[in-house]
Amino acid sequence: MTKTNKSLRPDGRKEDEMRKISMEVGVIPNANGSAKFKIGKTIAIAGVYGPRELHPRRLRLADTGLLRCNYDLMSFSVSDRKRPGPGRRDKELSLVSSNALTSVVFLDKYDMQVIDVFIQIPQADAGTRCAGICAASLALADAGIPMRGMAGSISVGAIGKTVVVDLTKEEEDWAEGATDVPLTYCPKTGTITHLQLDGEITKKDLFKAIDMGVKSAEELVEMQEKVLKEKYDGGALK
Amino acid sequence: MTDEKKREVVIPGEVLAKGMEFLPGYGTHRVEEEIRASLLGLKDMKGSVVKVIPLKGTYIPKRGDKVIGEVVEVSHNSWSIDIKAPLNANLGIADATRSYIENGEDLSRYYRVGDYVYAEVISVGKDGFSRLRMKDRMFKRLDVGMIIEINPVKVPRVIGKRGSMVKLLKDETSTSLIIGQNGLVWIKGDTRQSELLAKKAIKYVEEKAHLTGLTDAMQEKIGEWKK
Repeated sequence: MTKTNKSLRPDGRKEDEMRKISMEVGVIPNANGSAKFKIGKTIAIAGVYGPRELHPRRLRLADTGLLRCNYDLMSFSVSDRKRPGPGRRDKELSLVSSNALTSVVFLDKYDMQVIDVFIQIPQADAGTRCAGICAASLALADAGIPMRGMAGSISVGAIGKTVVVDLTKEEEDWAEGATDVPLTYCPKTGTITHLQLDGEITKKDLFKAIDMGVKSAEELVEMQEKVLKEKYDGGALK
Repeated sequence: MTDEKKREVVIPGEVLAKGMEFLPGYGTHRVEEEIRASLLGLKDMKGSVVKVIPLKGTYIPKRGDKVIGEVVEVSHNSWSIDIKAPLNANLGIADATRSYIENGEDLSRYYRVGDYVYAEVISVGKDGFSRLRMKDRMFKRLDVGMIIEINPVKVPRVIGKRGSMVKLLKDETSTSLIIGQNGLVWIKGDTRQSELLAKKAIKYVEEKAHLTGLTDAMQEKIGEWKK
């Protein structure tokens, strides 16, 4: 509150500044592809399995493959123990993640088959769905799944009247109520593949939020590309 | 593979070439004028064809591939074979062996659950379901020796240019090798040591598959390990 710089945020970040980000590819040896994504205190781990046979059979699609995400917020990831297993929220976020990523993946070669993406959140401090989607994007590339491009995901929000990027739990719980706008953007196709809005926001602020989110997502994708390149370039020099 | 230049690592979506004179090959797609990578891999340009050599991936069966698989199920008229593809392959009674199989005979007399077989993919359906054939002298049940698994996208590297790498491995370790396109490798040597040496060598090739000049380096390495 008494901070002398112009930042209004509790951790002193600028309005369009994301938390500290680190990424790692290939963290699960048994998966076809995997990645760990860390943004501030939020951690997401994604594992990709497949393409493989799809069960139950009724979900099979005759002319395309299926990208199935499974989002799981671990019970110890939040301060009030979360009841383990998929609840209403987990199922919704699984679907949101699948929808966000389906349009960046080429599924037409995998008729009747499934690509399973398991997203685990061992530690949560807001923005878990976005962290999960970023981890999944890296893991899909690592698994050798054909893609149109990488996807970056970030939550933008309004605290009072200020639009800020990458909210923490502390900011989300702000007494006067914060608005949350998570979005996923694929710079290579120039499409926003996922956009949600929770709370109230003016039209002008929403457009501002989307612009900020897209800019941050582009930064995220740049970081993803760097991490993937480093993984194999480093090995080449050995 | 002999060029000294290191191949460039490309990321899905990365622009590989611009202009309609280029043709998109494996692992690429065209967006208007541009050819972009769809896979994480190494950029490879031969003439006007641009392609991406993948670094990782699941085996997708192709007609004519010679694969190694494990028998997982025996039914009254066919075997179900796990070839590390998304779906199990089917080995029908008519394509299974060169000898005649009597009507109603117990098929586990030929191949049992748990056996490894070397077979050829004869067809792949639109749903990815493949059928196998073993009706040839070269295809057989792999009884002795050991089976190791490598990443299927690294198989061309283990085979080498016109089989140069596999020939080197066979000669240097004095083993017989069968390399399945699906990433399973059968190793048979006179001694356990030679089999383990071959295994070590193949794992080394897999690990360093994206490097150039590997065949020469391999020769040195094996000499080193032999001591």
